[in-house]
Amino acid sequence: MQRVNALLRPIPTWTVYVAGAAWAVWLFYLGLTGGLGADPVEALEHRYGKIALQLIVLGLAATPLCRFARLNLMKFRRAIGVTAFFFVLAHFLVWALLDVQTLSAVWADIVKRPYVTIGMAGFALLIPLALTSNDWSVRRLGAMAWRKLHWLTYPAAVLGALHYVWLVKGFQIEPLIYLTLILALLATRLPQARKRRRAMA
Amino acid sequence: MAHRWTNDLTPADVTPKEVWLNRRQIVAGLGVGIGAGAIAGPGLAYTPDPSLEPNTFEDITTYNNFYEFGTAKEDPAKNAHLLQTEPWSITVNGMVDNPGEYTVEDLIGGFDIEERIYRFRCVEAWSMVIPWNGVELADVLDRVGVQDGARYVAFETVVQPENMIGVRRRVLDFPYVEGLRLDEARHPLTMMATGIYGEPMPKQNGAPIRLVVPWKYGFKSIKSIVRITLTDEEPPTSWNKANAREYGFYSNVNPNVDHPRWSQATERRIGGGLFQRRQPTLMFNGYDEVASLYEGMDLTEFY
Ligand code: HEM
Repeated sequence: MQRVNALLRPIPTWTVYVAGAAWAVWLFYLGLTGGLGADPVEALEHRYGKIALQLIVLGLAATPLCRFARLNLMKFRRAIGVTAFFFVLAHFLVWALLDVQTLSAVWADIVKRPYVTIGMAGFALLIPLALTSNDWSVRRLGAMAWRKLHWLTYPAAVLGALHYVWLVKGFQIEPLIYLTLILALLATRLPQARKRRRAMA
Repeated sequence: MAHRWTNDLTPADVTPKEVWLNRRQIVAGLGVGIGAGAIAGPGLAYTPDPSLEPNTFEDITTYNNFYEFGTAKEDPAKNAHLLQTEPWSITVNGMVDNPGEYTVEDLIGGFDIEERIYRFRCVEAWSMVIPWNGVELADVLDRVGVQDGARYVAFETVVQPENMIGVRRRVLDFPYVEGLRLDEARHPLTMMATGIYGEPMPKQNGAPIRLVVPWKYGFKSIKSIVRITLTDEEPPTSWNKANAREYGFYSNVNPNVDHPRWSQATERRIGGGLFQRRQPTLMFNGYDEVASLYEGMDLTEFY
């Protein structure tokens, strides 16, 4: 692990943003040119959604990976989180602009369809996190308040995973794996949180 | 007795003219340059809508729902080659004069194989246009001899767990089963298809023989059939068993009855690329000739 950490250390964090943007653009290009199959709208919507969820899981895993596996991704955590947000945004935009296409129908789906409502709630929770993912905001809010605010990542992740569980048809294992992973990652943080609260009391 | 229904589905007939004219105006009004490029050529209002020509063989054979072979659209094309189609035996039983084990040849041999270009509307709100080859189910039913008192036809898909990853993962309660009321089954639109574009039915599309009911959501058109049963009771159907609130026995295409999780008012035609405009979904998928089958029925209750 030390060797992996040594390899990661010189990589600047902006590479995460560049790689994320390149990935998103590449998928869009594939969709435009027939590389995503017969229904590029569905494919793009699903690919962006899946990548967003995977990045959210990776972001949540950074701390446990560091504590339990000594793999140090902490430096990249913010970049991973913000990139995840951009994939959710892209996922949302593909859905609204290319899939549903009309504003009234977008609104109707958000209020009427629970799995969309849940996804939207997850998305909404991520907005303040993305907006405060900069040094200035950390200073402004103070480390304690900032950390508290960023606990929202967990409910956002759970909502994102629930949204996935809810939307699939029949019995499918993959969304349940994501949900389980997220709940397990949450569980690794609970003892710590309790300790911290006790220390404060 | 075949050819009771004539194939008058030229591209211009697929959608009522007002509807496709309208859609053009919407497209033109928005000035969606790239999207319109895919849909409209020069001489806008007078040429038949080229987007309503049959989908390509590639679209039809790489974008499938066949959960026995996985849940992603591309899974059946990847996995269905494992389907064992020879030998193939279809059990015909229940209220029939000639029950027994039939080969495909026993069942449809001697009938004219017709080509029929049908719209295909999936419950997931996408659609295609598919040139099927096959025979009318009514002819098959006459051959096996339907007894008085039979009111429904039940169908069952083959189960080959060792070849079917979706069956091993228990995505649904397999075998997949479907059913029609007898009058629906006897309607001249209803066919048993054995091919697409003149090619033998690809495995991912339900080789060697499948049902095609063009005015109902695609999942009613059960694939790779190994059993046909005539009964006097409404048979269970797979998606209805999985989620009765979302999938009814009838499942007629109906833009006015939404799926609980999405609207059925519009559909996305596969094949139009990333900027394809959605198009309005038509009652009975545009096959108004079946409306009389449901006279007096409340189609919001019997969805
Ligand atoms: C935390 C935020 C979100 C996450 C993590 C997320 C994740 C996902 C995932 C993993 C999928 C399934 C992809 C697949 O099957 O391969 C998906 C599908 C989908 N999501 Fe999201 N999503 C989020 C927010 C949203 C929002 C805000 C909307 C719209 C308002 C939305 C609409 C959809 C739709 C329409 C589908 C496809 C449903 C279908 O094809 O049946 N999602 N999402």
